[in-house]
Amino acid sequence: MQGKILIHHDKCKGCRFCMTFCPKGCIRVSAKLNAKGYAYAECDPDKPCTGCGTCALMCPEAIIEVYRD
Amino acid sequence: MKKVYQRPRSLRDVPMHYCPGCGHSIIHRLIAELLDEMGLRDSAICVPPAGCAVLAYYYLDIDMVEAPHGRATAVATGIKRVRPDNLVFSYQGDGDLAAIGTAEALHTANRGENITVIFVNNAVYGMTGGQMAPTTLAGMKTTTTPAGRKPKSEGPPIRVCELLSGLANTVYLERTAVNSPANVIKTKKAIRKAFSVQQKKAGFSLVEILSPCPTNWRMDTVASCTWIDEVMAREFPLGVIKEVPC
Repeated sequence: MQGKILIHHDKCKGCRFCMTFCPKGCIRVSAKLNAKGYAYAECDPDKPCTGCGTCALMCPEAIIEVYRD
Repeated sequence: MKKVYQRPRSLRDVPMHYCPGCGHSIIHRLIAELLDEMGLRDSAICVPPAGCAVLAYYYLDIDMVEAPHGRATAVATGIKRVRPDNLVFSYQGDGDLAAIGTAEALHTANRGENITVIFVNNAVYGMTGGQMAPTTLAGMKTTTTPAGRKPKSEGPPIRVCELLSGLANTVYLERTAVNSPANVIKTKKAIRKAFSVQQKKAGFSLVEILSPCPTNWRMDTVASCTWIDEVMAREFPLGVIKEVPC
């Protein structure tokens, strides 16, 4: 199953829950900082996202949208 | 591709003031999702606490009545008695419910008021800077117990669910956590159950949620999730503490 996620980077506080609990390891810490000064979560395009939604389930800021085929 | 998840409508699109990794914002989201799914957004009235979640009225897009410190269950009692058809729930932390609000919470439960209490237990006073709360674990270091909490002089942590389970009129008491995907799903299920108990006019329901507080626990966000499983859940066992069929 193919999926994708959209993370609103500007609202991320870098708590790393999404990348810790992602079963496929699809999310990584960005090299840049956002306007708030946090190293935000970003999607790793080389890893296969299945759109399971675990990241959105754990995201405290509710800033992840999940898409699936 | 089809969108399968987005921010719930009952959660306003504003930045939350909570620290990174705070459990409050996960619990806000779960409540907002449930209000959307159960179609209760228009009828829900929430009573937020004094504490970290005091600004919940900025985030949840429902009716809110702010209560003085600890008095949320008393205010919720009044609201429910004059508006019995609305969903009335209080949202309280451990300092609010288990310290200054013990009398109100205990007597509201004893009267069996038909309200729901969301009780967020992070074992520490968050907003005021990490002082000892009634739920602080034995040996846990806080700013007011720098050598660790001593049960001999400060008493052991209060288990609110077990305390209330002895009262005849409590209907549904469950303890959950928001430290892992499985526990977040269980927490959502528990809150749904508590709301449905209220809809059936069965009586008092309370969901105690163990919530990470990385800032005041002096841990990183992921370690605080592990700490709930390894340490906190031993003192506060997860599961349904009391359920009266209704």
